[in-house]
Amino acid sequence: MAAVEGLFTLDADEPRLIGGRARSRGSYFFPKALAGSDPACLGDEIDEVLLSRTGRLWSFTTGEYAPPAPYVIPGDEFEPYVVAAVELAAESLVVLGQVVSGVSAKELWVGMEMVLVIDVLYSDDDHDYLVWKWAPAGQSENGEG
Amino acid sequence: MDDIAILGAGMHPWGKWGRNFTEYGVKAARDALSDAEVGWDEIQFVSGANSVRCGYPGYVSGSTFANALGFTGCQLASSYAACASGATALSIARAQILAGVCDVALVVGAETTPKGFFAPNAGERHEDPDWLRFHLVGAANPTYFALYARRRMALYGDTPEDFAAVKVKNSRHGVFNPNARYTKEYDADDIANSPMVADPLRLLEICATSDGGAALVVSSLEWAASRGATDPVRVSGISTVGPTYPNSVIELPYLASDSWAAAGDETMTFKDNIAARAYEEASVSPGDLDFAEVYDLSSAYELDWYEHIGLCERGGAAALLRAGDTALGGRIPVNPSGGLGAFGEAVPAQAIAQVCELVWQLRGEAGHRQVEGARVGLSINHGMFGHGSSVICTR
Repeated sequence: MAAVEGLFTLDADEPRLIGGRARSRGSYFFPKALAGSDPACLGDEIDEVLLSRTGRLWSFTTGEYAPPAPYVIPGDEFEPYVVAAVELAAESLVVLGQVVSGVSAKELWVGMEMVLVIDVLYSDDDHDYLVWKWAPAGQSENGEG
Repeated sequence: MDDIAILGAGMHPWGKWGRNFTEYGVKAARDALSDAEVGWDEIQFVSGANSVRCGYPGYVSGSTFANALGFTGCQLASSYAACASGATALSIARAQILAGVCDVALVVGAETTPKGFFAPNAGERHEDPDWLRFHLVGAANPTYFALYARRRMALYGDTPEDFAAVKVKNSRHGVFNPNARYTKEYDADDIANSPMVADPLRLLEICATSDGGAALVVSSLEWAASRGATDPVRVSGISTVGPTYPNSVIELPYLASDSWAAAGDETMTFKDNIAARAYEEASVSPGDLDFAEVYDLSSAYELDWYEHIGLCERGGAAALLRAGDTALGGRIPVNPSGGLGAFGEAVPAQAIAQVCELVWQLRGEAGHRQVEGARVGLSINHGMFGHGSSVICTR
Protein backbone atom coordinates (compact mmCIF):
# COMPACT_ATOMS: atom_id res chain seq x y z
CA MET A 1 0.00 0.00 0.00
CA ALA A 2 1.09 3.60 -0.55
CA ALA A 3 2.88 5.13 2.45
CA VAL A 4 0.74 8.22 1.80
CA GLU A 5 -2.31 8.06 -0.48
CA GLY A 6 -2.88 10.39 -3.38
CA LEU A 7 0.68 11.41 -4.28
CA PHE A 8 1.54 8.69 -6.81
CA THR A 9 -0.02 5.82 -8.73
CA LEU A 10 0.85 2.20 -7.98
CA ASP A 11 0.84 1.22 -11.65
CA ALA A 12 3.45 -1.54 -11.74
CA ASP A 13 4.70 -0.75 -15.24
CA GLU A 14 4.28 2.99 -15.49
CA PRO A 15 4.11 4.54 -12.00
CA ARG A 16 3.60 8.30 -11.98
CA LEU A 17 3.45 11.16 -9.52
CA ILE A 18 0.02 12.75 -9.15
CA GLY A 19 0.19 16.50 -9.42
CA GLY A 20 -2.06 19.41 -10.18
CA ARG A 21 -2.30 21.60 -13.27
CA ALA A 22 -4.07 24.94 -13.46
CA ARG A 23 -6.53 24.52 -16.34
CA SER A 24 -6.17 27.98 -17.94
CA ARG A 25 -2.79 29.08 -16.70
CA GLY A 26 -0.93 25.79 -17.21
CA SER A 27 1.19 25.82 -14.04
CA TYR A 28 1.95 22.48 -12.40
CA PHE A 29 2.07 21.64 -8.71
CA PHE A 30 3.32 18.75 -6.65
CA PRO A 31 1.62 17.70 -4.51
CA LYS A 32 -1.64 18.96 -5.93
CA ALA A 33 -2.62 20.25 -2.49
CA LEU A 34 -0.01 23.00 -2.87
CA ALA A 35 -1.79 24.49 -5.90
CA GLY A 36 -2.32 28.16 -5.29
CA SER A 37 1.29 29.33 -5.00
CA ASP A 38 1.01 30.78 -8.52
CA PRO A 39 -0.95 34.03 -8.03
CA ALA A 40 -2.07 33.88 -11.66
CA CYS A 41 -4.03 30.71 -10.82
CA LEU A 42 -6.49 32.50 -8.56
CA GLY A 43 -9.91 31.13 -9.43
CA ASP A 44 -8.46 28.67 -11.95
CA GLU A 45 -9.60 25.05 -11.87
CA ILE A 46 -6.83 22.72 -10.72
CA ASP A 47 -6.97 19.39 -12.57
CA GLU A 48 -5.34 16.26 -11.29
CA VAL A 49 -2.61 15.20 -13.73
CA LEU A 50 0.05 12.51 -13.90
CA LEU A 51 3.53 14.02 -14.09
CA SER A 52 6.27 12.87 -16.48
CA ARG A 53 7.93 9.67 -15.41
CA THR A 54 11.43 10.68 -16.49
CA GLY A 55 13.58 13.73 -15.96
CA ARG A 56 17.15 15.00 -15.62
CA LEU A 57 19.06 14.85 -12.36
CA TRP A 58 19.12 18.41 -10.94
CA SER A 59 21.21 17.49 -7.92
CA PHE A 60 21.73 14.63 -5.47
CA THR A 61 23.10 13.88 -2.03
CA THR A 62 23.24 11.19 0.61
CA GLY A 63 21.69 10.65 4.01
CA GLU A 64 24.52 9.18 6.05
CA TYR A 65 22.75 9.47 9.42
CA ALA A 66 19.28 8.35 10.41
CA PRO A 67 16.83 11.24 10.17
CA PRO A 68 14.28 11.68 12.96
CA ALA A 69 10.68 10.46 12.91
CA PRO A 70 8.43 10.49 10.99
CA TYR A 71 11.13 8.81 8.89
CA VAL A 72 10.79 5.07 9.51
CA ILE A 73 14.02 3.12 9.36
CA PRO A 74 13.39 0.14 7.09
CA GLY A 75 14.80 -3.10 8.48
CA ASP A 76 16.71 -3.56 11.71
CA GLU A 77 19.55 -1.16 11.12
CA PHE A 78 19.80 2.22 9.45
CA GLU A 79 21.37 2.11 6.02
CA PRO A 80 22.56 5.32 4.33
CA TYR A 81 20.52 6.30 1.30
CA VAL A 82 20.77 8.59 -1.70
CA VAL A 83 18.38 11.48 -2.40
CA ALA A 84 17.81 12.90 -5.87
CA ALA A 85 16.21 16.10 -7.12
CA VAL A 86 14.97 15.52 -10.65
CA GLU A 87 13.87 18.19 -13.14
CA LEU A 88 10.82 17.25 -15.21
CA ALA A 89 11.04 19.02 -18.54
CA ALA A 90 7.38 19.23 -19.53
CA GLU A 91 6.22 20.42 -16.11
CA SER A 92 9.30 22.62 -15.52
CA LEU A 93 9.69 21.66 -11.91
CA VAL A 94 12.11 19.75 -9.70
CA VAL A 95 10.93 16.85 -7.51
CA LEU A 96 12.72 15.14 -4.61
CA GLY A 97 12.81 11.45 -3.94
CA GLN A 98 15.08 8.75 -2.64
CA VAL A 99 17.16 6.84 -5.14
CA VAL A 100 16.56 3.08 -5.27
CA SER A 101 18.87 1.15 -2.99
CA GLY A 102 21.89 -0.39 -4.64
CA VAL A 103 22.72 2.80 -6.53
CA SER A 104 25.59 4.78 -5.01
CA ALA A 105 26.05 8.54 -5.29
CA LYS A 106 29.27 7.81 -7.17
CA GLU A 107 27.21 6.45 -10.06
CA LEU A 108 25.22 9.66 -10.44
CA TRP A 109 25.92 12.91 -12.25
CA VAL A 110 23.93 16.09 -12.63
CA GLY A 111 22.07 15.99 -15.93
CA MET A 112 21.69 12.21 -16.22
CA GLU A 113 18.27 10.79 -17.04
CA MET A 114 16.29 9.37 -14.15
CA VAL A 115 13.09 7.39 -14.10
CA LEU A 116 10.39 7.06 -11.47
CA VAL A 117 9.81 3.66 -9.91
CA ILE A 118 7.79 2.35 -6.99
CA ASP A 119 9.76 0.83 -4.15
CA VAL A 120 9.33 -0.18 -0.52
CA LEU A 121 9.82 2.66 1.95
CA TYR A 122 9.43 0.40 5.03
CA SER A 123 7.43 -2.64 6.08
CA ASP A 124 5.59 -3.95 9.10
CA ASP A 125 4.00 -7.34 9.78
CA ASP A 126 0.98 -6.53 7.63
CA HIS A 127 2.15 -4.38 4.76
CA ASP A 128 4.90 -3.07 2.58
CA TYR A 129 4.56 0.73 2.56
CA LEU A 130 5.41 1.97 -0.91
CA VAL A 131 6.82 5.25 -2.16
CA TRP A 132 8.17 6.69 -5.40
CA LYS A 133 11.93 6.59 -5.88
CA TRP A 134 14.27 7.60 -8.67
CA ALA A 135 16.44 5.20 -10.59
CA PRO A 136 19.00 5.88 -13.30
CA ALA A 137 17.17 5.37 -16.60
CA GLY A 138 18.00 1.93 -17.89
CA GLN A 139 18.22 0.54 -14.37
CA SER A 140 14.55 0.83 -13.54
CA GLU A 141 14.37 -2.91 -13.02
CA ASN A 142 16.09 -2.23 -9.68
CA GLY A 143 12.83 -0.87 -8.38
CA GLU A 144 10.15 -3.24 -7.21
CA GLY A 145 6.89 -2.70 -9.01
CA MET B 1 11.53 54.39 4.42
CA ASP B 2 12.51 56.37 7.53
CA ASP B 3 15.29 55.04 9.71
CA ILE B 4 15.08 54.07 13.35
CA ALA B 5 17.94 54.00 15.84
CA ILE B 6 19.50 51.00 17.51
CA LEU B 7 20.52 52.20 20.96
CA GLY B 8 21.63 48.92 22.49
CA ALA B 9 22.55 45.35 21.63
CA GLY B 10 23.00 42.37 23.93
CA MET B 11 23.51 38.63 23.71
CA HIS B 12 23.69 35.55 25.87
CA PRO B 13 26.61 33.45 24.59
CA TRP B 14 25.66 30.59 22.26
CA GLY B 15 26.20 27.06 23.52
CA LYS B 16 24.40 23.94 24.58
CA TRP B 17 23.56 25.13 28.03
CA GLY B 18 20.30 23.24 28.47
CA ARG B 19 18.71 25.91 30.64
CA ASN B 20 15.34 27.68 30.34
CA PHE B 21 15.37 29.84 27.21
CA THR B 22 13.89 32.73 29.22
CA GLU B 23 17.19 33.06 31.07
CA TYR B 24 19.06 33.67 27.82
CA GLY B 25 16.53 36.25 26.66
CA VAL B 26 16.58 38.10 29.96
CA LYS B 27 20.38 38.20 30.02
CA ALA B 28 20.46 39.52 26.44
CA ALA B 29 17.72 42.08 27.19
CA ARG B 30 19.46 43.38 30.31
CA ASP B 31 22.70 43.75 28.39
CA ALA B 32 20.95 45.58 25.56
CA LEU B 33 19.22 47.93 28.02
CA SER B 34 22.47 48.59 29.83
CA ASP B 35 24.26 49.18 26.51
CA ALA B 36 21.51 51.65 25.54
CA GLU B 37 21.45 53.30 28.96
CA VAL B 38 17.70 52.85 28.90
CA GLY B 39 15.71 51.64 31.90
CA TRP B 40 13.40 48.64 31.55
CA ASP B 41 10.59 50.82 32.90
CA GLU B 42 11.10 53.18 29.93
CA ILE B 43 10.44 50.44 27.33
CA GLN B 44 7.03 51.02 25.76
CA PHE B 45 6.83 47.95 23.53
CA VAL B 46 8.32 44.45 23.64
CA SER B 47 8.55 42.53 20.37
CA GLY B 48 9.35 38.89 21.05
CA ALA B 49 10.62 36.35 18.50
CA ASN B 50 9.00 33.04 19.33
CA SER B 51 10.42 29.60 19.94
CA VAL B 52 8.45 26.49 18.99
CA ARG B 53 10.73 24.18 20.97
CA CYS B 54 10.21 25.51 24.50
CA GLY B 55 6.51 24.90 25.16
CA TYR B 56 3.78 27.49 25.44
CA PRO B 57 6.01 30.21 26.92
CA GLY B 58 7.91 30.12 23.64
CA TYR B 59 4.74 30.84 21.64
CA VAL B 60 4.07 34.00 23.65
CA SER B 61 7.65 35.19 23.93
CA GLY B 62 6.77 38.88 24.21
CA SER B 63 4.80 38.18 27.35
CA THR B 64 7.26 35.59 28.64
CA PHE B 65 10.22 37.97 28.47
CA ALA B 66 8.20 40.93 29.79
CA ASN B 67 7.06 38.82 32.72
CA ALA B 68 10.62 37.73 33.47
CA LEU B 69 11.82 41.34 33.35
CA GLY B 70 8.81 42.51 35.39
CA PHE B 71 5.38 43.39 33.98
CA THR B 72 5.15 47.15 33.53
CA GLY B 73 1.98 47.30 31.43
CA CYS B 74 3.86 48.01 28.22
CA GLN B 75 2.55 46.76 24.88
CA LEU B 76 3.59 43.32 23.68
CA ALA B 77 3.84 41.32 20.47
CA SER B 78 5.00 37.76 19.81
CA SER B 79 5.83 36.53 16.34
CA TYR B 80 7.10 33.41 14.64
CA ALA B 81 8.64 33.16 11.16
CA ALA B 82 11.10 30.27 11.68
CA CYS B 83 14.67 31.53 11.20
CA ALA B 84 13.29 34.90 10.11
CA SER B 85 11.49 35.45 13.45
CA GLY B 86 14.01 37.95 14.75
CA ALA B 87 13.80 40.16 11.67
CA THR B 88 10.02 39.95 11.79
CA ALA B 89 10.05 41.02 15.44
CA LEU B 90 12.34 43.93 14.54
CA SER B 91 10.10 44.93 11.64
CA ILE B 92 7.09 45.05 13.96
CA ALA B 93 8.97 47.26 16.40
CA ARG B 94 10.01 49.55 13.55
CA ALA B 95 6.43 49.81 12.33
CA GLN B 96 5.20 50.70 15.82
CA ILE B 97 7.89 53.35 16.16
CA LEU B 98 7.38 54.88 12.72
CA ALA B 99 3.61 54.88 13.24
CA GLY B 100 4.10 56.82 16.44
CA VAL B 101 2.61 54.09 18.59
CA CYS B 102 5.75 53.97 20.70
CA ASP B 103 9.11 55.73 20.94
CA VAL B 104 11.34 52.98 22.28
CA ALA B 105 11.07 49.21 22.08
CA LEU B 106 12.86 46.02 23.09
CA VAL B 107 13.28 43.24 20.50
CA VAL B 108 14.27 39.89 21.99
CA GLY B 109 14.50 36.23 21.03
CA ALA B 110 15.96 33.14 22.69
CA GLU B 111 15.86 29.37 22.39
CA THR B 112 16.89 26.14 24.03
CA THR B 113 17.38 23.47 21.35
CA PRO B 114 17.33 19.68 21.47
CA LYS B 115 20.33 17.69 20.23
CA GLY B 116 20.58 16.58 16.62
CA PHE B 117 18.49 17.18 13.51
CA PHE B 118 15.54 19.54 13.78
CA ALA B 119 12.43 17.35 13.47
CA PRO B 120 8.85 18.21 12.55
CA ASN B 121 6.07 18.45 15.10
CA ALA B 122 4.62 15.18 16.34
CA GLY B 123 1.52 13.73 14.66
CA GLU B 124 0.70 12.44 11.20
CA ARG B 125 -0.09 15.21 8.69
CA HIS B 126 -0.26 14.14 5.07
CA GLU B 127 -0.68 17.70 3.79
CA ASP B 128 2.20 19.21 5.76
CA PRO B 129 5.27 19.39 3.49
CA ASP B 130 7.49 19.36 6.58
CA TRP B 131 6.03 16.01 7.65
CA LEU B 132 6.05 14.54 4.14
CA ARG B 133 9.69 15.31 3.40
CA PHE B 134 10.86 13.45 6.49
CA HIS B 135 8.47 10.54 6.15
CA LEU B 136 8.69 9.87 2.42
CA VAL B 137 12.21 10.99 1.52
CA GLY B 138 14.17 11.21 4.78
CA ALA B 139 15.08 14.73 3.73
CA ALA B 140 16.44 16.46 6.83
CA ASN B 141 17.64 20.07 6.57
CA PRO B 142 21.21 19.09 5.52
CA THR B 143 19.71 17.19 2.57
CA TYR B 144 18.63 20.48 1.03
CA PHE B 145 21.92 22.24 1.84
CA ALA B 146 23.80 19.40 0.16
CA LEU B 147 21.59 19.49 -2.94
CA TYR B 148 22.47 23.17 -3.35
CA ALA B 149 26.16 22.42 -2.77
CA ARG B 150 26.23 19.64 -5.37
CA ARG B 151 24.40 21.90 -7.79
CA ARG B 152 27.15 24.52 -7.37
CA MET B 153 29.77 21.89 -8.14
CA ALA B 154 27.93 20.87 -11.31
CA LEU B 155 27.10 24.37 -12.57
CA TYR B 156 30.10 26.42 -11.48
CA GLY B 157 32.91 23.98 -10.81
CA ASP B 158 33.02 24.71 -7.07
CA THR B 159 34.85 22.02 -5.13
CA PRO B 160 34.50 20.45 -1.68
CA GLU B 161 37.75 22.26 -0.87
CA ASP B 162 36.04 25.59 -1.59
CA PHE B 163 33.24 24.67 0.81
CA ALA B 164 35.73 23.68 3.48
CA ALA B 165 37.53 27.00 2.97
CA VAL B 166 34.34 28.84 3.99
CA LYS B 167 34.31 26.99 7.30
CA VAL B 168 38.02 27.63 7.82
CA LYS B 169 37.50 31.35 7.19
CA ASN B 170 34.53 31.64 9.52
CA SER B 171 36.25 29.67 12.26
CA ARG B 172 39.11 32.19 12.12
CA HIS B 173 36.59 34.98 12.62
CA GLY B 174 34.76 33.17 15.41
CA VAL B 175 37.94 32.85 17.46
CA PHE B 176 37.53 36.55 18.25
CA ASN B 177 33.87 36.43 19.23
CA PRO B 178 33.13 35.97 22.94
CA ASN B 179 29.50 35.07 22.17
CA ALA B 180 30.36 32.28 19.71
CA ARG B 181 29.88 28.64 20.68
CA TYR B 182 32.83 27.30 18.67
CA THR B 183 36.04 29.29 19.01
CA LYS B 184 38.45 26.68 17.68
CA GLU B 185 40.27 27.56 14.48
CA TYR B 186 39.78 24.70 12.03
CA ASP B 187 41.96 23.86 9.07
CA ALA B 188 41.08 22.03 5.86
CA ASP B 189 42.27 18.68 7.27
CA ASP B 190 39.95 18.96 10.28
CA ILE B 191 37.03 19.35 7.91
CA ALA B 192 38.12 16.63 5.49
CA ASN B 193 38.47 14.26 8.45
CA SER B 194 35.02 14.99 9.89
CA PRO B 195 32.27 12.50 9.00
CA MET B 196 30.29 12.90 5.79
CA VAL B 197 26.68 13.82 6.65
CA ALA B 198 25.12 14.67 3.29
CA ASP B 199 27.56 14.32 0.40
CA PRO B 200 29.43 16.65 -0.29
CA LEU B 201 28.93 18.24 3.13
CA ARG B 202 30.73 17.04 6.23
CA LEU B 203 29.80 17.41 9.86
CA LEU B 204 31.96 20.50 10.47
CA GLU B 205 30.32 22.23 7.49
CA ILE B 206 26.76 21.92 8.74
CA CYS B 207 25.28 24.36 11.19
CA ALA B 208 24.68 22.92 14.67
CA THR B 209 21.60 23.63 16.78
CA SER B 210 22.42 25.88 19.71
CA ASP B 211 21.04 27.64 22.76
CA GLY B 212 21.32 31.41 22.81
CA GLY B 213 19.58 34.74 23.21
CA ALA B 214 19.86 38.16 21.58
CA ALA B 215 18.19 41.54 22.10
CA LEU B 216 18.09 45.07 20.71
CA VAL B 217 16.81 48.35 22.10
CA VAL B 218 15.45 50.47 19.24
CA SER B 219 13.84 53.90 19.12
CA SER B 220 12.82 56.75 16.88
CA LEU B 221 15.68 59.02 15.82
CA GLU B 222 14.03 61.85 17.78
CA TRP B 223 13.87 59.84 20.97
CA ALA B 224 17.48 58.76 20.46
CA ALA B 225 18.56 62.37 20.02
CA SER B 226 16.68 63.33 23.19
CA ARG B 227 18.94 60.84 24.98
CA GLY B 228 22.05 62.33 23.45
CA ALA B 229 22.44 59.67 20.75
CA THR B 230 22.93 61.96 17.76
CA ASP B 231 24.89 59.46 15.63
CA PRO B 232 23.36 56.08 16.43
CA VAL B 233 23.51 52.97 14.29
CA ARG B 234 20.39 53.14 12.14
CA VAL B 235 18.11 50.48 10.74
CA SER B 236 17.82 51.67 7.14
CA GLY B 237 16.08 48.72 5.55
CA ILE B 238 14.25 45.57 6.61
CA SER B 239 13.07 42.93 4.18
CA THR B 240 10.48 40.37 5.25
CA VAL B 241 9.33 39.43 1.74
CA GLY B 242 8.05 36.02 0.78
CA PRO B 243 8.92 34.29 -2.49
CA THR B 244 7.74 35.54 -5.86
CA TYR B 245 6.29 32.77 -8.05
CA PRO B 246 7.91 30.86 -9.70
CA ASN B 247 10.88 30.05 -7.50
CA SER B 248 12.75 27.36 -9.41
CA VAL B 249 14.92 26.41 -6.43
CA ILE B 250 13.52 23.62 -4.30
CA GLU B 251 13.15 25.18 -0.85
CA LEU B 252 12.87 23.72 2.60
CA PRO B 253 10.59 21.90 3.42
CA TYR B 254 8.94 21.25 0.03
CA LEU B 255 9.00 18.08 -2.08
CA ALA B 256 9.09 20.05 -5.33
CA SER B 257 10.07 23.46 -6.67
CA ASP B 258 7.57 25.80 -8.25
CA SER B 259 6.81 25.10 -11.90
CA TRP B 260 8.02 27.70 -14.37
CA ALA B 261 5.99 26.11 -17.19
CA ALA B 262 3.52 28.97 -17.41
CA ALA B 263 5.42 31.87 -15.88
CA GLY B 264 8.64 31.38 -17.82
CA ASP B 265 12.09 30.68 -16.47
CA GLU B 266 12.94 32.32 -13.19
CA THR B 267 14.68 35.65 -13.35
CA MET B 268 15.06 36.09 -9.61
CA THR B 269 15.00 33.40 -6.96
CA PHE B 270 13.49 33.91 -3.51
CA LYS B 271 16.85 34.68 -1.97
CA ASP B 272 17.62 37.33 -4.59
CA ASN B 273 14.30 38.96 -3.78
CA ILE B 274 15.04 39.12 -0.07
CA ALA B 275 18.16 41.21 -0.59
CA ALA B 276 16.63 43.33 -3.35
CA ARG B 277 13.91 44.61 -1.03
CA ALA B 278 16.36 45.49 1.73
CA TYR B 279 18.58 47.40 -0.71
CA GLU B 280 15.57 49.26 -2.08
CA GLU B 281 14.36 50.34 1.35
CA ALA B 282 17.81 51.43 2.45
CA SER B 283 18.62 53.13 -0.87
CA VAL B 284 21.97 51.41 -1.00
CA SER B 285 23.49 48.99 -3.50
CA PRO B 286 25.74 45.95 -3.08
CA GLY B 287 28.76 48.12 -3.86
CA ASP B 288 28.03 50.23 -0.78
CA LEU B 289 28.36 47.32 1.64
CA ASP B 290 31.36 47.17 3.92
CA PHE B 291 30.53 43.69 5.25
CA ALA B 292 27.68 41.19 5.48
CA GLU B 293 26.34 38.63 7.92
CA VAL B 294 24.78 35.81 5.91
CA TYR B 295 23.08 32.60 6.98
CA ASP B 296 25.72 29.92 6.47
CA LEU B 297 23.48 26.97 7.30
CA SER B 298 26.22 25.07 5.52
CA SER B 299 29.65 26.13 4.31
CA ALA B 300 28.53 25.97 0.68
CA TYR B 301 25.37 27.92 1.41
CA GLU B 302 27.46 30.98 2.27
CA LEU B 303 28.62 31.03 -1.36
CA ASP B 304 25.02 31.09 -2.59
CA TRP B 305 24.46 34.20 -0.50
CA TYR B 306 27.39 36.09 -2.10
CA GLU B 307 25.43 35.87 -5.33
CA HIS B 308 22.00 36.54 -3.84
CA ILE B 309 23.18 39.74 -2.18
CA GLY B 310 24.96 40.89 -5.33
CA LEU B 311 28.62 40.66 -4.31
CA CYS B 312 29.23 38.89 -7.63
CA GLU B 313 27.43 37.33 -10.57
CA ARG B 314 25.95 33.86 -10.28
CA GLY B 315 28.77 31.36 -10.19
CA GLY B 316 31.36 33.90 -9.09
CA ALA B 317 31.29 33.26 -5.35
CA ALA B 318 34.12 30.75 -5.11
CA ALA B 319 36.44 33.17 -6.92
CA LEU B 320 35.70 35.84 -4.30
CA LEU B 321 36.39 33.35 -1.55
CA ARG B 322 39.62 32.08 -3.11
CA ALA B 323 40.85 35.67 -3.54
CA GLY B 324 40.34 36.28 0.18
CA ASP B 325 37.85 39.07 -0.54
CA THR B 326 35.33 37.79 2.02
CA ALA B 327 37.78 37.16 4.86
CA LEU B 328 38.50 39.77 7.52
CA GLY B 329 40.92 42.21 5.96
CA GLY B 330 39.50 41.47 2.51
CA ARG B 331 37.48 43.73 0.27
CA ILE B 332 34.06 42.72 1.63
CA PRO B 333 34.27 40.54 4.76
CA VAL B 334 31.40 38.08 5.14
CA ASN B 335 30.44 36.73 8.53
CA PRO B 336 33.01 38.61 10.59
CA SER B 337 31.09 37.29 13.63
CA GLY B 338 32.03 33.74 12.66
CA GLY B 339 28.54 33.14 11.31
CA LEU B 340 26.47 30.07 12.00
CA GLY B 341 29.59 27.99 11.58
CA ALA B 342 30.87 29.47 14.85
CA PHE B 343 27.49 29.89 16.54
CA GLY B 344 25.16 27.11 15.51
CA GLU B 345 21.56 28.13 15.18
CA ALA B 346 19.28 29.37 17.96
CA VAL B 347 16.36 30.01 15.65
CA PRO B 348 14.43 32.99 17.09
CA ALA B 349 17.60 34.66 18.35
CA GLN B 350 19.70 34.24 15.23
CA ALA B 351 18.45 37.09 13.04
CA ILE B 352 18.68 39.40 16.07
CA ALA B 353 22.22 38.19 16.75
CA GLN B 354 23.14 39.04 13.16
CA VAL B 355 21.94 42.60 13.77
CA CYS B 356 23.89 42.75 17.05
CA GLU B 357 27.02 42.09 14.98
CA LEU B 358 26.02 44.88 12.56
CA VAL B 359 25.72 47.23 15.53
CA TRP B 360 29.09 46.38 17.04
CA GLN B 361 30.84 46.56 13.68
CA LEU B 362 29.28 49.93 12.79
CA ARG B 363 30.25 51.33 16.18
CA GLY B 364 33.80 50.09 15.78
CA GLU B 365 33.44 47.90 18.89
CA ALA B 366 34.11 44.50 17.34
CA GLY B 367 37.67 44.14 18.65
CA HIS B 368 39.91 41.77 16.70
CA ARG B 369 37.12 40.97 14.25
CA GLN B 370 36.51 44.64 13.41
CA VAL B 371 35.93 45.55 9.76
CA GLU B 372 37.86 48.81 9.49
CA GLY B 373 35.76 51.86 8.75
CA ALA B 374 32.49 49.95 8.43
CA ARG B 375 29.55 52.25 7.64
CA VAL B 376 27.05 49.94 5.90
CA GLY B 377 26.30 46.33 6.85
CA LEU B 378 23.72 43.82 5.70
CA SER B 379 22.35 40.73 7.43
CA ILE B 380 20.30 38.13 5.58
CA ASN B 381 18.59 34.82 6.15
CA HIS B 382 15.28 33.12 5.49
CA GLY B 383 12.73 31.17 7.46
CA MET B 384 11.52 27.77 6.30
CA PHE B 385 8.36 27.82 4.14
CA GLY B 386 9.31 31.23 2.75
CA HIS B 387 9.91 34.04 5.25
CA GLY B 388 12.55 36.45 4.02
CA SER B 389 14.78 38.26 6.48
CA SER B 390 17.30 40.95 5.75
CA VAL B 391 18.36 44.05 7.67
CA ILE B 392 20.60 46.85 6.46
CA CYS B 393 22.18 49.05 9.10
CA THR B 394 24.09 52.24 8.44
CA ARG B 395 25.94 54.83 10.35
